[in-house]
Amino acid sequence: MSVKTLEIDGKMLTGVAGETIFSVAWNKGIRIPRLCHIGGISDVGACRLCLVEIEGQKKLQASCLTPVEEGMVVHTDTPKLRAHRRLIVELLFAERNHICSVCVMNGDCELQELATELGIDHVRVRYQFPSLPVDLTHERFGLDHNRCILCTRCIRVCDEVEGAHTWDMLGRGTNSRVISDLGEPWGASDSCTSCGKCVQVCPTGALFAKGKAVGEMRKDRTFLKYIVTAREKKQWIE
Amino acid sequence: MEEWRFAIQIAAFSGRGDPTPIAETEKPLPAAVKDNRDKLLERAMSRHQYSGDALIEVLHTAQELYGFLSPERLKTIARKLRLPPSRVLGVASFYHFFSLEPKGEHTMVVCLGTACYVAGALGLVEVLQRRCGAGSKVSVQTARCIGSCGLAPAVIADGKILARVTKASLGAELDRIG
Repeated sequence: MSVKTLEIDGKMLTGVAGETIFSVAWNKGIRIPRLCHIGGISDVGACRLCLVEIEGQKKLQASCLTPVEEGMVVHTDTPKLRAHRRLIVELLFAERNHICSVCVMNGDCELQELATELGIDHVRVRYQFPSLPVDLTHERFGLDHNRCILCTRCIRVCDEVEGAHTWDMLGRGTNSRVISDLGEPWGASDSCTSCGKCVQVCPTGALFAKGKAVGEMRKDRTFLKYIVTAREKKQWIE
Repeated sequence: MEEWRFAIQIAAFSGRGDPTPIAETEKPLPAAVKDNRDKLLERAMSRHQYSGDALIEVLHTAQELYGFLSPERLKTIARKLRLPPSRVLGVASFYHFFSLEPKGEHTMVVCLGTACYVAGALGLVEVLQRRCGAGSKVSVQTARCIGSCGLAPAVIADGKILARVTKASLGAELDRIG
């Protein structure tokens, strides 16, 4: 395993070959924003929030998918990146109906936290106000398409960790929507094991446990690392 | 059930258009082929050793044989290729070539390429959506540039190009085909 040395935000860091810029940065406390990445499952580079500038490259790169290379000079927080991130988050807000004041995840939502971090107090693009349903057919959980940002964490955790692949993506572009099985109501799904992993990894209030009032839902983001480490390394870490 | 059909309809309206789907899918199949459709689909799957990687090819065959992909058909394909049903529907709904609803007797493809869009093609889509709702004989599709920008806004009605279409002339065409 060869070691690569690189510079991130002025700090000299090392990572092993194949490790991503994102992983090296986070291990050393450089928190690159993200919504679609979550430790323990594969990365897809869907949210584009972890974009970084690499000296000598014109294009911005998704740090969750870019492996470290010897001598790389990476910037994770520049005015250009901040402007991009701000616009991306604004577009996410405008695309569906994110009404924090009536959301179960108010106060513990990754999208909300990120907007606060980026100082977003208003959205400069026109809201789309799409008419989207809420699926409450499952016994224990609910799916509110109005809050979904299409990060596909639920799809990946269901496929890669639970192994059921109940979820997938219907359609394309702005009409994409998360579906269970053949687009049936969640409660009617044959493949769903009701394990609740998708609910725990969902960054917003799109997937939630029933019976929670506004701002009451709290999610456990660390269980995934525990399960995956146990499965891969046979180590049960805290 | 009703709800996801609606979602699919929306997806079909907004998907990127395939410029030449009509001639291929609307050709009436010879009687001998029609009777053997299940067998032909089975053969297509066995030719690919029922491999999940062949999903798109198999969906192509099913689309050509049956004209559309019903939920039952998707379920069968998923089972035989040993794939999760959600992925099969995901792929089928992603590509505009696949249709999840039976096609009507007539097809209207509205071009939404830049020239047609600027010339008011969205208004034509509105007219069609209003007049050709559920149970209509006319299937409405959109396409992104059919390469006839000089005729904008253009509509392909049953394989024939209508040029410089207005809401009124489109209405007249709909009246004509009933």
